[in-house]
Amino acid sequence: MRRNPRDLQRYTAGERANHWIVGICFILLALSGLAFFHPAFFPLTQLFGGGPWTRILHPYIGLVMFVFFFIMALRFWRLNMIEPRDVEWLKNVNEMVDGNDQDMPEQGKYNGGQKVLFWGLVIGMLLIVITGVLMWRAWWTPPITVIRIASVVHAVAAVWMIGLIILHVYAAIWTRGTIRAMLYGTVTRAWAKQHHRGWYRKMTGDNS
Amino acid sequence: MSLQSLDIKRLSATTTPAPQARSPHSGEVAKLIDVSKCIGCKACQTACMEWNDLRQEPGVNVGVYDNPNDLTENAWTVMRFTEYENEATGNLEWLIRKDGCMHCEDPGCLKACPSPGAIVQYTNGIVDFHEEHCVGCGYCVTGCPFNVPRISKKDHKAYKCTLCSDRVAVGQEPACVKTCPTGAIVFGTKKAMKDHAEERIADLKERGFDQAGLYDPAGVGGTHVMYVLHHADKPSLYQGLPDEPKISPLVGLWKGVSKPLAMAALGAAALGSLFHYITKGPNDVSKELEDEMDRKDREAEAAAKENLP
Repeated sequence: MRRNPRDLQRYTAGERANHWIVGICFILLALSGLAFFHPAFFPLTQLFGGGPWTRILHPYIGLVMFVFFFIMALRFWRLNMIEPRDVEWLKNVNEMVDGNDQDMPEQGKYNGGQKVLFWGLVIGMLLIVITGVLMWRAWWTPPITVIRIASVVHAVAAVWMIGLIILHVYAAIWTRGTIRAMLYGTVTRAWAKQHHRGWYRKMTGDNS
Repeated sequence: MSLQSLDIKRLSATTTPAPQARSPHSGEVAKLIDVSKCIGCKACQTACMEWNDLRQEPGVNVGVYDNPNDLTENAWTVMRFTEYENEATGNLEWLIRKDGCMHCEDPGCLKACPSPGAIVQYTNGIVDFHEEHCVGCGYCVTGCPFNVPRISKKDHKAYKCTLCSDRVAVGQEPACVKTCPTGAIVFGTKKAMKDHAEERIADLKERGFDQAGLYDPAGVGGTHVMYVLHHADKPSLYQGLPDEPKISPLVGLWKGVSKPLAMAALGAAALGSLFHYITKGPNDVSKELEDEMDRKDREAEAAAKENLP
């Protein structure tokens, strides 16, 4: 990848480290959680040292993810407030999916889809951490009906989040030149001008 | 537990059929507990602990006869005592129920268990936990409509009554049946136990218990531990024996339809992404913008050179 001193800084080292801590936790949680969700995935417990170890580790990894997700959400929530131009963008999302991004409304640091993803993950994270604690039984056992509701909600929230993360990862692969933003922090000006023109203008002062 | 000599009908977290060629020609087994004959001596609790090598630490007296106060990983059966004032007859009735695993035909524990083979159902109907495969998640507790399994604090494995599957496998009756001094607990084929229950119910009805009946709840497909109750119209009188037990619809949702739906949704998201990429191609930065930035870089470089002294 071409490194140009005039590339734009999109993420600081702290933001990137935070993101990847959450990302690693998420992968471990998805693998261990799927192992308990469907028999087809039970062999994934072998990655964690067997069934009991998977059961022991999963909730603790979950707590680590929650803490770092919370810090990350604090870093980014202001940038993800939905604005009128995001609604316009979302209305035209079909064009975007079709690969015609030239007519999409101008976007700031995040587009409407990224903002929806952000809030979707925030909701999923809250549901999954609360229900996860209710299912844990490590120190305290709630009433059985509460555990049953929590079990269903935990599964739904997990599938919701894994689905969103599949889209998140795919969007990063699909939009070439994006992944480097989360690896070493910068993007090219051309990338910024094409995908996030509002943010590009703010960063460069170039209003052409 | 792996040395068991009973054929297995169903395994937890297993989506393919268990070996089915062999089946017991004597039919399924059942334990029948005639609550009206029980004197509350707790010999069954003692026999259970003796046969299964279990010792429950003595607890504290909380003012009731139940001892221990609840099922534990070391107490797989507990006599539950209820003092019932029957308003119709004006009698004080002492209802004593031997609590423990009901060995459901449709076991909620087995349905909920995520670990292949940790819970099995034998062809004779006994539901057994194979602790060496247990991961300690507690899903069996979540799935059970009778609140029976207990997770040990020491080893985090789930325990419950085995219906003495090891004894039954060699042609003996469960330890509690063997020891019961009044014959309140009997064991045999499910059919024989139902026939025996019929006689007992007829006898109870003659003695004025009009609502006497058999507790073999259809909501869980019937059970392999059945009760003869004097008040079969109100099972909950007997310390909360469920009136109409069935696997919670929440557990059904969690362990049923949600699995294929979730797998289909996630599979669609992953495959949809791949096929989107290979049909639409990547969302690349346009050549125009790349050139524009190159031009700007060259202009900036030239300007920098001019400004040099």
